[in-house]
Amino acid sequence: MLKKLFSVLALVTSASVLAAGGHAVHLDKAPINLHDKESLQRGAKMFQNYCLGCHQMEYQRYSRTFRDLGIPDEVGMKELAFTANKVGDFIKNSAPKADLAKWFGAPPPDLTNVARVRGPDWIYTYLRSFYVDPTRPFGVNNEVFPLVGMPHVLQELQGIPYKKHETQMVDGESKEVYVGIVADGSGELSPEEYDRAVADLVNYLEYTGEPSKLESHSLGIKVMIFLFIFFILAFLLKKEYWKDVH
Amino acid sequence: MSNAPVDHGRRRFLTIATSVVGGVGAVGAAVPFIASWNPSEKAKQAGAPVTANIGKLEPGQLIRVEWRGKPVWVVNRTPDMLKSLAAVESQLRDPNSEEEQQPAYAKNQHRSKKPEVFVAVGICTHLGCSPTYKMSDFDAHVEGIASGFFCPCHGSTYDMAGRVFSGVPAPKNLMIPPYMFTDDTTLVIGVDEGTA
Amino acid sequence: MFKNFMNWIEYRMPFMEKMNLHVMQYPAPKNFNFWYFFGSLAMLVLVNQIVTGIWLTMNFEPSAERAFASVEYIMRDVDYGWLLRYMHSTGASAFFVVVYLHMFRGMMYGSYQKPRELLWIFGMLIFLVLMAEAFMGYLLPWGQMSFWGAQVIISIFGVIPGIGDDLTLWIRGDYVISGATLNRFFALHVIALPLVLVILVFLHIIALHEVGSNNPDGIDVKVPNEGQKFENNVSEKFTFHEYFTKGGKKIIVDAIPFHPYYTVKDIVGVVGFLIIFCAVIFFAPEGGGFFLEPPNFEPANPMKTPDHIAPVWYFTPFYAILRAVPDQLWGAVAMFAAIILLALLPWLDRCKVRSVRYRSTLHKLNLVNFVISFVVLGVLGVLPATPTYTLIAQIASVFYFGYFIALWFYSKNEKTKPLPVRLS
Repeated sequence: MLKKLFSVLALVTSASVLAAGGHAVHLDKAPINLHDKESLQRGAKMFQNYCLGCHQMEYQRYSRTFRDLGIPDEVGMKELAFTANKVGDFIKNSAPKADLAKWFGAPPPDLTNVARVRGPDWIYTYLRSFYVDPTRPFGVNNEVFPLVGMPHVLQELQGIPYKKHETQMVDGESKEVYVGIVADGSGELSPEEYDRAVADLVNYLEYTGEPSKLESHSLGIKVMIFLFIFFILAFLLKKEYWKDVH
Repeated sequence: MSNAPVDHGRRRFLTIATSVVGGVGAVGAAVPFIASWNPSEKAKQAGAPVTANIGKLEPGQLIRVEWRGKPVWVVNRTPDMLKSLAAVESQLRDPNSEEEQQPAYAKNQHRSKKPEVFVAVGICTHLGCSPTYKMSDFDAHVEGIASGFFCPCHGSTYDMAGRVFSGVPAPKNLMIPPYMFTDDTTLVIGVDEGTA
Repeated sequence: MFKNFMNWIEYRMPFMEKMNLHVMQYPAPKNFNFWYFFGSLAMLVLVNQIVTGIWLTMNFEPSAERAFASVEYIMRDVDYGWLLRYMHSTGASAFFVVVYLHMFRGMMYGSYQKPRELLWIFGMLIFLVLMAEAFMGYLLPWGQMSFWGAQVIISIFGVIPGIGDDLTLWIRGDYVISGATLNRFFALHVIALPLVLVILVFLHIIALHEVGSNNPDGIDVKVPNEGQKFENNVSEKFTFHEYFTKGGKKIIVDAIPFHPYYTVKDIVGVVGFLIIFCAVIFFAPEGGGFFLEPPNFEPANPMKTPDHIAPVWYFTPFYAILRAVPDQLWGAVAMFAAIILLALLPWLDRCKVRSVRYRSTLHKLNLVNFVISFVVLGVLGVLPATPTYTLIAQIASVFYFGYFIALWFYSKNEKTKPLPVRLS
């Protein structure tokens, strides 16, 4: 309820910001479920396989990921932690940072907190919004992040994505209308499977942005129950003493 | 204002009840502050068990491994060194390791799991210096004994099982850390087989 | 035995006598309402900020290189570190919610009027120091918004003619916001300003207790003793400290001892506040992006400016006024004037009647105007300065200043209602 209140306020202001800023891209809702450990594990694997080459999570330890996702340390070190020596190491790579900045135009940002900076919906839509653009150095552009320097690392899963146009009647005229991004079918995954895979990855990123969230909610319920009981008692005490005054 | 008589019993009950609940709340609120002083994940990871490969350890050789910021010695004891353990017992302060300075599996004459492999924390139990390993010239400090450990700070001496000699400043035998073998050549310091 | 010990102390330091004076025999009007919770809540939040702040400094590293990472360390590696951090960040916003409501109570009930002008001035000083404290604290996490927000606000000082540029260089300690700025802000935020704040709060309460609390009706509870009889005067049941009765020269009417009545009532207020406070901390600590702002989860990057720089929500009304004025210097002047005028209320308000309950409809409407203008300015301060928004901000600023100007004029001969003799 409280989150809704804040969200409404944030929505109103951000909607105004977007409206004021002009071109507002619709963001799809990312299906986040931090309780779904399997999804988080698949997402962690996606990150290690597709993102860790260039990006890091320099504030997240492998041990934390393993503990929160229910992965035994030995299994995790073997299956997931390619770059680590010890289980307590941070999720880093040994890629040459200066070279990466040169090749891609900007250094690949750290992704530990990206879900808190961009929001999960942005990332979910972004990873599904690459499209072929021969004018770009890596042959792709992105609807959500125009002229992005990042290549489409998930292309082997999605297939080659194209911007699809349809001939439609607009105001009595026949026009080419952009209707969305469609992959050419050469990917390992179907469109639904691809969306699911991206959702898993975004779920994992949402987790790494705030690993304490579930613990906070669980503790919070107990605190709220305690406070309600305390409130009733305090109120009765007040009423009793104030009989002297009223 | 009400002129009805004051119900002192109800007042006392409500005051006590509210105070007790409030006290519980105060204790609950204190928990995060106290708990935040526990070793952080960073400290725990830095204090995590350390693996050492002892496959190439020559007889009589000592290697030093860092665990929890402390030097841990691993020595490949020779048969002569093991024989000397019985010879010195009359000169030791605690020959049977009565003091709790070692895990249960090290409460024996050689103070280790495997007789040939000696694992000990290399810190003198007197005031914390790190003793020197005397592989063959220990008899300068203890007559007739070829090998041992000599602490240069105040002259304490230990035998090849880390047991302290009588008449030196150090009060106890060297501490033996928890450790285990994952195979013949791999030693993990900092964790017992039971808790692994 | 215990009594002897207490007497030994009391003879050397009149602890119990002071407790009686300020708590157990202190006459407080009996009609305090909801608006009177916010003073004690402000003290609660101050204690929260200090205690959680101390705990955060146990692990925070105040250097440009380590600040951001140390906050992540607190959030992830320190047991309950995340909770301490959220208590502190939510507390900062809660402080301003509470303080704004506390100040508004003063405006509604004329609590700034004679003899409480100094009390109001101390309050305004606390407000100023609090804003500085919050501003400095916000730089410490060294996020993108920390860096760029500070960059923008400190450059405002650059508009002062002549000394402006040297002044900003001196404040920053460097040519751009850097580790030098972070380190000095850390020292001021952790030690200097909290000390000043605690001293000012102490003086604020001393000044209050000297003249006594106002109340929603705005009439006095300590009246000269002219031998009158008061019917149903609850104060007769209690003993008040002779400092207030002045040896019989004053009669206390319709007031009750602070303890136990307001201690027990304030506990209810505290728990009610904690329900909201904890709901935010545990379930929505980012406050919809207003308490912890998304750009601040990225480390400060002097080479990359965020799309949208805005101060934290509690500064936005004043920020909107700053931006509404097209000229840099006069915008800054207007912003400071907006705060100074608040401080001058005891002298701008020339009406002899304190409480809005007995004042004119015009004054009631003017108060509503103040609230609406303040809130509208606050919302605009968060939004980008487009031509339309700037125009609305200018209009809202006019209405905001209009509150003070109109008040000055109509308060002199205001049509007020007859004051009641007794508290309702």
